[in-house]
Formats: sequence, C-alpha cells, structure tokens
Amino acid sequence: MALSKKTLIHMFETMNRIRLFEQQLQEFFAAGEIPGFVHLYLGEEAVATGACSALTETDMMTSTHRGHGHLLAKGGDLKLMMAEIFGRQTGYCKGKGGSMHIADLDLGILGANGIVGGGGPLAVGAAFAAKYKKSDQVALCFFGDGASNQGTTQEALNMASAWKLPLVFVNENNGYGISCPQCKSMAVVDIADRAAAYDMPGVVVDGNDVLAVHEAVSEAVKRARNGEGPSLIECKTYRWRGHFEGDACVYRCAEELEEWMAKDPIPRFEAKLLESKTLSKKDVAAIKERIAKDVDEAVAFAKESPMPQTSALMDDVYA
Amino acid sequence: MSEKTYLQALNDALRQEMERDENVFILGEDVGQFGGCFGVTQGLFETFGEERVKDTPITESAIVGAAGGAAVAGLRPVAELMFVDFIGVAMDQLFNQAAKMRFMFGGKATVPMTLRMPQGAGIGAAAQHSQSLESWFMHIPGLKVVIPSTPYDAKGLLISAIRDDNPVIFLEHKLLYGISGEVPDESYTIDIGKADIKREGTDVTIVATSLMVHSALDAADKLQAEGISAEVVDPRCLQPLDSETIVNSVKKTHALVIAHEAVQFAGPGAEIAAMVAEEALDYLDAPIKRVGAPFCPVPFSPPLEQFYIPDSGNIVEAVKRIR
Ligand SMILES: Cc1ncc(C[n+]2csc(CCOP(=O)(O)OP(=O)(O)O)c2C)c(N)n1
Repeated sequence: MALSKKTLIHMFETMNRIRLFEQQLQEFFAAGEIPGFVHLYLGEEAVATGACSALTETDMMTSTHRGHGHLLAKGGDLKLMMAEIFGRQTGYCKGKGGSMHIADLDLGILGANGIVGGGGPLAVGAAFAAKYKKSDQVALCFFGDGASNQGTTQEALNMASAWKLPLVFVNENNGYGISCPQCKSMAVVDIADRAAAYDMPGVVVDGNDVLAVHEAVSEAVKRARNGEGPSLIECKTYRWRGHFEGDACVYRCAEELEEWMAKDPIPRFEAKLLESKTLSKKDVAAIKERIAKDVDEAVAFAKESPMPQTSALMDDVYA
Repeated sequence: MSEKTYLQALNDALRQEMERDENVFILGEDVGQFGGCFGVTQGLFETFGEERVKDTPITESAIVGAAGGAAVAGLRPVAELMFVDFIGVAMDQLFNQAAKMRFMFGGKATVPMTLRMPQGAGIGAAAQHSQSLESWFMHIPGLKVVIPSTPYDAKGLLISAIRDDNPVIFLEHKLLYGISGEVPDESYTIDIGKADIKREGTDVTIVATSLMVHSALDAADKLQAEGISAEVVDPRCLQPLDSETIVNSVKKTHALVIAHEAVQFAGPGAEIAAMVAEEALDYLDAPIKRVGAPFCPVPFSPPLEQFYIPDSGNIVEAVKRIR
C-alpha cells in the first residue's frame, strides 16, 4: 500500500506525541500533581495511530478509560487534554471530566469512557446516525480484550452487523484486563474469531506494527463506507505500565514485559522510515524535539491555568 | 479486641465466614491474586484457592446473575463490584432476577447472596466512579441495603449479610477503608435493620450514614462547643430501616437533620424525613433539614469535588438554621 510521505510522517509524529505525552503524565502523576486515576497507553501507540490515520476528521470514534492515545491520534489538542487531566478550568471538559472522560465532538471524539464496554453501543448509535443522514461518516470503536467480554460489546457487534452499519470495531488486545490474563477470561485465543458469530470479517494484526494496523483498518473503513457493514480488527499489543499508575503489577512477570518492550513500535517504524529514506536521522531528531516542545508548552499551559470556580458546579447538568 | 481498619474488618469477616461455611465463595473482577480493587479480598485467594475466590471476566451482568443463580442453587456467594457505579451494567440481574425470585416463585426460592460495592466521592475518580446510589437499592422490594460507617459495624454487618437468606446490598465507602477502630478478633454479628446511636444528645437528632456519620460526629463536637447537644443516629441499614430508633430520638430532641452523600433530591433522606413526618410530626419543633449532595454528577477537579461532598460545616449550618 503506497502511503504518501506526508501521511507516514504524520503517523510517526503522532506515535511520538502519544509517547511523550504519556511519559510526562507518568512523571506528573508520580509527583502527585494529577488527581484521580491515570491509565497510560505506553507501548500501544501503533494501534491508535494506525487506526485513526485511516479515518477522516469528520469520522467518529468512541474511546476507553485508556483513551489519551486515541484522542491524540484523532487530532485532540495537547493543551486542552493536558489541562483537563490536571483538573483545570481551561481543559476539554472544564475540569469536570478528567482523564477518563475527555471528548471533542468537533473531531468526532465521542468521549473516553470510564465504563468498560460502554463505548460499543454508543458507536452503534453514531454509525446509525451516519447511515441515517447519509453523511458518509464511519464510526470506530476502540475496546480492550477485557471489554470484549461485556454483554454491551457483544450486543453492539450484533446490532451493527444486523443493521449493516458503517462501524469498525478495533480491539486492543494487550493481554490483560487489570490483573486478569486473557487465558482466564475467555476460551478463545483470537478475539477476532468472534466476528464469525456476527457474520462480519474478523482480522488479527500485529498491533505493534503501525502500518499493519493502518492497512487492516483502512480496508474495514472502505467496506464500511461502501455500505458493506462492520468489521472487527484485533490488534495484538501490550501495555508497558501497570493497569493504572501505582499498580504494582504482581500478576505478570518481568520477562514478558521485556519481551514486549523489545518490540517497541516506535523505533520499529522509525527504522522503516529511515530505511526508505522517508526521513533522515536529522529529521527524526527535529520531529522529536518539536514534539517535546509542544508537550512542554501543554504542561505549562495546564499548570498556569486556574482551577474551576465552585460557582460553575451546577452548570451543564442540563442543556 | 484489637485496632483494625475498616478494610481489615471486612477481610476478617470474609475469612471467618469462608472458614465456617464451605458454601461461601467470592466472585468478582481481580478479587484473586490481585486482592480486589481496594484490597478487601487480600490473602483470601492464597488461603482458599481459585475455586472459592473466583476472578471473573469484566462482565458485571454475569457476576451478579451468577451470584443469584449460585445462591438459588445452594451456595452463599459474596460478589464484589469494583465500584457501585458498575451496577448499571448488571441492573436487570439484580433488580428483576435476584431481588424478585423468592416472591415470584411463591416463596420457593431462597437467594442468600451478598453484593459488596464501594461507593462515594473523594478520590478524584469523576462522575462514573464516585456515585452514592443507595436510594436505587432501597426502592426495590426483595433487597436489603446495608451501609456501615465503622470498622466494628463493617465486620458484624458483613457476617450477618453473608448469613442472611436474602440478596443483601453491602455498600462500603472508599474513604472509610483506611479508618481504624476497635474490632473483636472473633466472629460476631450485628442485626440487619438495627440502628446505632453513635453519640447521645438532647437538642437535635442527626441521622447520618456512611462517611457522613463521621462528619456528623465532627459537627456534633463543633455544636457542643456552642452549647447545642446533638444526637447522632446511624441507621447502618436503609432496608430494613430502623424507624423506631430514629423516631424515639426525634421524640427526645424535637429536631431532625439528615445527612448523606447521595444526591439530596429523592435520596435516602427523603424517605427518612417522610417517615418521621408521618410518625412524629407533633414532636418536631422545627422543619426537618436535609444535607445531601447537589443535583449534579460528581465533578473531577479537586476544588469542585470537595465543594460537592457535604461536610461537617454543612451539617452545622443545617442544625443552626433550626436550633
Ligand atoms: C463496567 C466496568 N467494570 C469494571 C471496570 C473497572 N475496570 C476499568 S479498566 C478495566 C480493565 C479493562 O480491560 P481491557 O478492556 O482489556 O482494557 P485495558 O485496560 O487492557 O486497556 C476494568 C476492569 C470499569 N471501569 N467498568
């Protein structure tokens, strides 16, 4: 598949933006500067990036509790995200939502979600709206291996298929739902196998290969736009950090983590781009430097922003 | 007797009931080696093994439904949901299945299950992980609703809940897990439906639940300094509700303030206020006052969240308006 140089570079930037954003969050959370929970996406950057780069800006997306990567890949604003995660008035949700509830309706981001399996039915509704309005939009639903066991997810798969909706289910199989390994929560090895039950294509891809994810999701998006209905893409990947920051991770071994860290999706893509001369080493350094600056600016913006006023508490309960 | 945290008291109760009755088993997400979302099941997997401390997939509907099914089939399940908010996923299995089986089947079924769920705000967990939902459960015939405020109550009530032959909703508060108090080492029970007077007083009755019991005690100290003697009544269970203890207290003090963290509108205070109005209106010298959360979802940002949660200041203020 011939991707334009511009697209390839954009994907590379996106992966690095997610990486750096998350590394900063890791530090600030450890320093006690971020309230609530933080679920980091480190190690899974290729999934969000590959999938969202197959969408247009008007396409829609539902996210999960581990949503920062999805949001950034869909075009989310670094500053507004950072400010929200820091609980500031200037954040995406005016400080009322926090890490797990960031949304940007203008970018088709229908929200991160604190409820595991909450996104599937919402994505069905969004895809239905697109079909109903003949808008040519596609909806994409990110969900974890854990979420794949929720009734809501299975119900969404069924309904999307029965109604032939323009919907792409992207499963991020990182092997664990908090401490529960996949082998203890389901009998199948490939979640993509479940697609057969709903008569839709089910594809397994290497979730640490951004191009493989992009290709599979692009194919599914094409089908969706052609009125051929939903698809299920399972991306095999791994989360480097614990389920949440502060998780001691007693349930998995160091070797497993090392093995996966050696499959870091970013240097892997970088090597490809260097080899094909899409980028030079100098370009790479410049990109990383620029992103570091952007992230620093976002942090500064967040920290300088005021906390919300208590007088705003009752705003936005109703329209 | 020894000093234990609320969390240890709950863990004690589970361990002792599992030792006593092999029909008791635990199920829920990450309750095994991980020890439970907040650590309540810590160590039980190591003692009782995988068959009795069952990690489930992330499927609340199946967890609650399986507890109901296992209960009707002769076991005594103790199910855990990580946060009360997730009961939304499992509502039908709780409200239409477990709660109604006995009645619908003409008394033939017995459903001895316990459903433990932490609730409450205060840890920056935002709107989908911070709610106080007790009034949902109080409203469903067939369920019992237990809401302990101290380590002592937590242990005795959890043991009673496990031994109870009905579905019991057991609501813990995240901010209470770390508080400590005197807790007997041996097993003991506390009657479900029996309120406790946490502090005696003569000028006003404050009925408070869960975390608000501690705010009410704090408020009572402050009021004492100003010459107002407050009696703090902790119902401990909202269904069945110990109306007798509450009404007797109001008959003594002639004034009532009710404090809970649930949203004030249609919260548990509405039922308590109505019950007192029906049974003891003539004894009241002043209108009943309620202290509850505002009618909005729980906000994320710390200053907003702190403002949202009712505190002892709000309780003092409510008392002063009527006393
Ligand atoms: C309905 C519901 N149940 C449980 C939880 C607690 N919880 C949050 S994330 C999570 C694990 C999700 O696993 P998975 O879907 O595989 O996503 P991952 O964390 O691996 O990205 C759990 C159990 C929740 N937020 N919502």
